[in-house]
Amino acid sequence: MKTTSGWDANLAAEIIGRHKNTEGPLLPILHSLQEAFGYIPEPAEPLVAEALNISRAEVHGVVTFYHDYRHAPAGRHVLKLCQAEACQACGSDALAAQAESKLGVKLGETSADGRVTLEPVYCLGLCSVSPSAMIDGRIVGRLDAKKLEALIAETSR
Amino acid sequence: MSAPTGSLRVYVPGDAAAVACGADDIAKTIRDLAAKKNVAVQVIRNGSRGMHWLEPMLEVETGEGRIAYGPVEAADAESVFEAMLTTGGEHKLRVGKPEDHPFMKKQTRLTFARCGIVDPRSLEDYCAHGGYRGLNKALAKPANIVAEVTQSGLRGRGGAGFPTGIKWKTVADTKAEQKYIVCNADEGDSGTFADRMIMEGDPFVLIEGMTIAGIAVGATKGYIYIRSEYPHAIDVMNDAIRAARQGGVLGDKVCGSAYVFDLEVRVGAGAYVCGEETALLDSLEGKRGQVRAKPPLPAHKGLFGKPTVINNVLSLATVPIIMDKGAEFYKNFGMGRSRGTMPIQLAGNLNYGGLFETAFGITLGELVDDIGGGCFTGRPVKAVQVGGPLGAYFPRALFDTPFDYEAFAAKDGLIGHGGIVVFDDTVDMAKQARFAMEFCAIESCGKCTPCRIGSTRGVETVDRIMKGIERDKNLAVLTDLCNTMKFGSLCALGGFTPYPVMSALTHFPEDFGGAPRLEAAE
Repeated sequence: MKTTSGWDANLAAEIIGRHKNTEGPLLPILHSLQEAFGYIPEPAEPLVAEALNISRAEVHGVVTFYHDYRHAPAGRHVLKLCQAEACQACGSDALAAQAESKLGVKLGETSADGRVTLEPVYCLGLCSVSPSAMIDGRIVGRLDAKKLEALIAETSR
Repeated sequence: MSAPTGSLRVYVPGDAAAVACGADDIAKTIRDLAAKKNVAVQVIRNGSRGMHWLEPMLEVETGEGRIAYGPVEAADAESVFEAMLTTGGEHKLRVGKPEDHPFMKKQTRLTFARCGIVDPRSLEDYCAHGGYRGLNKALAKPANIVAEVTQSGLRGRGGAGFPTGIKWKTVADTKAEQKYIVCNADEGDSGTFADRMIMEGDPFVLIEGMTIAGIAVGATKGYIYIRSEYPHAIDVMNDAIRAARQGGVLGDKVCGSAYVFDLEVRVGAGAYVCGEETALLDSLEGKRGQVRAKPPLPAHKGLFGKPTVINNVLSLATVPIIMDKGAEFYKNFGMGRSRGTMPIQLAGNLNYGGLFETAFGITLGELVDDIGGGCFTGRPVKAVQVGGPLGAYFPRALFDTPFDYEAFAAKDGLIGHGGIVVFDDTVDMAKQARFAMEFCAIESCGKCTPCRIGSTRGVETVDRIMKGIERDKNLAVLTDLCNTMKFGSLCALGGFTPYPVMSALTHFPEDFGGAPRLEAAE
């Protein structure tokens, strides 16, 4: 899928220039690009490749290797549900099913109206207060059906 | 600290486990109430003491020490604050002195000595609680650091258990113009949060440990690679590094000496495999986080091809106390070849989850039943996964296994990074075995075939077994596949995924459609 929403070549060049001279600059550049655009726009890849004197394939390889880098903008809200073992032990499967059915999307998908992206996450390190979730960067522990319902309601705002 | 003297000191943890249970809102409520009642209150965002079932656990400083209350929910905040105003008075949530709680009294806190006690962003507070004593002793005899760490018996707390001192010696003995200290803070194992707690609760101990490592091996630059799922830890570490530079304990003249050492935080991007040390180095260099073949060892050719010490957060955070109290002191804790203490993380379906640091040798049963208090669902414990997604599932029959690298290996398991995840009797072990393979398939870096393809074939094979399709033949295939992955994979991801799979199959055959294993057979 080709997406160029919100693309700004000057801003991208400024971000690349900011990190270019640090050691191992690629991940910091990609993090900053994603922070600015919400995803890694495809036209950014050749610019990064050029600046770091590496091939475009290498940049694309890195962008697609890491789960964090998005290839399209996320929904307005991002709800991440921890699906790792400590949360499984406390009922995360049922919570994921509840979210999927209420939001009408599967884990890893964005709703058609662009309102919410539902994602699995493999461990937020909140394993002693599991199950856990993260909504728009805010962490939530001791998640249960009622608390999840409130989080789902937040995504409709 | 700018609060007026004589103001009431209230501690509201900033640890992510407390924040996830509402601590930020409670901190704000306390500040608002103080303003409304016109009382001078200083709110300190400390780390967590580790009694996570009591989080958010608030504390107030009184003449008799700190008095705790927890778990404090929004509705309780005002009444708890009222109780605090009467110098730690009665309340239904009153815990008393945290250090007197049985969960704390049973521990030996060496690595976590200050966690939950100090203000994590205050270098002054760190030094007032014994911080930088280790570094000052190291500076007095820098040539002795490596020997001291070796003699302490400290082994890699990330899971591999390799002697830390030997790693350091290899780097120290390798000549190079540039060397690096890399801290592996890519704590991706489910059931583990000790690295996160140290970074959020006592970040200077990690900075001090890395600085000592730099002095010991001749490295001037260090990187802390923190996973992106830990935004709170990233914030605190960055603040602490800035404070350390300002305080002169990091930078051009470490503590006024001729040594140079500086640190930088780098953030991961959601790849579990980057917790493997060579994949982490590739990621730091800006590549796909793929595992490197060894040799060369990172100690010879590590980050950017330079000699590199790469250690887990807990290993590095334990070095200051070893340098301060001496190798003998540390070595005297523990059993067999597992010396010192291990910060054990109790997680999953438990009544009393949290951080429990103790000398090696405590049994799994004591940890799960006595310390952890069994399942919070009130149901019997069926299985316990020790050491993260790559660790084995232990049945109750093996609860007498002592927490020790070798003892766990002898039972076809591993202690890994010290995480314990407890499941009650509703768990389906075939499903857990399937998840282990599925997780490996999602997270495989793709470099070696046994891991990349074996994990996907593993999911399919478990699916067939669960459906009862040619069960015996498929069990043989699964066992053979696990063997190939175990011995043919390049790193622990493919190599250890067979542990949860085979342990589930061995100890819980009934979940795979077989006859239950007789307890007597253990």
